[in-house]
Amino acid sequence: MSNLAVVLRRELASYFATPVAYVFIVIYLIMSAVFTFYLGGFYEREIADLEPFFRFHPWLYLFLVPAIGMRLWAEERKSGTVELLLTLPITATEAVLGKFLAAWLFIGLALALTFPIWITVNVLGRPDNGVIIAAYLGSWLMAGGFLAISACLSAATRNQVVAFILSVVVCFLFLLSGLPMVLDVFRGWLPQALIDAIANLSFLVHFSSISRGVLDLRDLLYFVLVIGFWLAANRIVLELKKAD
Amino acid sequence: MIKAKSLSRHYGPLIAVDRLSFEVEPGTILGFLGPNGAGKSTTMKMLTGFLEPSSGSAEIFGHDIRRDSLAARRMLGYLPEGAPLYGELSVGRFLRFVGEARGFRGGELAARVHSALDRLSLGEVVGQSIETLSKGFKRRVGIAQAILHDPPALVLDEPTDGLDPNQKHEVRQLIRDMASERIMIISTHILEEVDALCTRAMIIARGRLLADDTPAGLLRRSRYHNAVTLVLDDLQAAASVLGALQESAEVEIRRGRLTVFPSGRGNLFEAVTREVQAAGWAVSQIQLESGRMDEVFRTVTGQQEAA
Repeated sequence: MSNLAVVLRRELASYFATPVAYVFIVIYLIMSAVFTFYLGGFYEREIADLEPFFRFHPWLYLFLVPAIGMRLWAEERKSGTVELLLTLPITATEAVLGKFLAAWLFIGLALALTFPIWITVNVLGRPDNGVIIAAYLGSWLMAGGFLAISACLSAATRNQVVAFILSVVVCFLFLLSGLPMVLDVFRGWLPQALIDAIANLSFLVHFSSISRGVLDLRDLLYFVLVIGFWLAANRIVLELKKAD
Repeated sequence: MIKAKSLSRHYGPLIAVDRLSFEVEPGTILGFLGPNGAGKSTTMKMLTGFLEPSSGSAEIFGHDIRRDSLAARRMLGYLPEGAPLYGELSVGRFLRFVGEARGFRGGELAARVHSALDRLSLGEVVGQSIETLSKGFKRRVGIAQAILHDPPALVLDEPTDGLDPNQKHEVRQLIRDMASERIMIISTHILEEVDALCTRAMIIARGRLLADDTPAGLLRRSRYHNAVTLVLDDLQAAASVLGALQESAEVEIRRGRLTVFPSGRGNLFEAVTREVQAAGWAVSQIQLESGRMDEVFRTVTGQQEAA
């Protein structure tokens, strides 16, 4: 597994050798501030918490995480470097995990750089910092879920635009699967147990309980399983599609 | 030693490589020769562990490419077709990545990278990002990553494709320098390359092995092998005289040149020069042909020789 770290470091080196890293971080920070202060009414609420900040994260990630994930494999396949990578003594599992972790750590860095808002809320009032830490963790886990979906779909095509659009659509379905507009489609012809299962797939439902400070093991496990499932799928898709 | 046993690869209904078997010993520069789409690259992709064979197998110095893929890959250096590289990285950073993936750390890693940079004269561009380099430099970076761990076998897919004549010459010289005690497998569709570089050539078309010989052996299959070509004023008169020799089988006049083909009896070249002197023709050129690779290639791959 030592080659996992080798792949991870190379990926991170590539992020910072191109404008990708800087553009992503700047846009992410600006957008999260805009959402928090204008749409979330951070000041107007006069409550010392970061709910207006975290509330918009699922929507922010819906577009920004596929933007990071789309290049993971599509770019390697397009340029042919996937052949270089997978003929080194690196296993496909190491490559899949290394690439995923690099992107996930990178998103974690962008998330960590929102720390001024944490300082702000602590200056202005007395928030429950335990809830905030839980919400940060939940946000990062949710980003990991979006990222694993994007990574898998990125391996399915050489075209980054196609990878992006597919990822946004699938992420959107996962995000909304708890809402009536999705469930109504299944209601009437699926048994209630399956409808409940679909509702339980929703990122929103699991994230909102974590972001309220409820660290339920089931919610954590949910995101870990989502990530695991899509990374396993990523490995299979890579194996099937690398030759095309 | 590299051993391929009935190696096959199908893409759906298309058979890209069809039961290819061969063995290569160290010290050999083996050229895969074939038209585009003949299965050369697919064969290389299977040997290097990128693609799984649909059936059959291969061993790289005793390591099976399926069961023992990582160990097999460690014995190989590989330059994929088109020399793909991580363009955004600097040359030094890229070679360090490959070195780390090959298991080198610390001083050993630095020494390996340094020696690869040295061998391919890449010292001056070590800090430059790869995408800003010229094609010749990029190819050298691609070869540098392949030889970084000093592997006993190198697989280079079209190493000179797309380079200018000087760069081609340079890359061929590099390949020759690296060939002793190693197995080198290169693929090419440039025929002169086989003659200039390889000690053994395999002609592959439609996934099948059609010929496996030394370049000289392939040239012997040419109808031009040991033929004599002359350039002189009165082609018709000379043709009728030389065609009657018992050493000649046939004569041919094409583009102002007269070619006499050997019948296999006696020494044709001596007979022709004797006749030339006796008749006193004004001959401006006379040449003993070793054979024409393009003609052998077309014959073997089953295409009509262009008129």
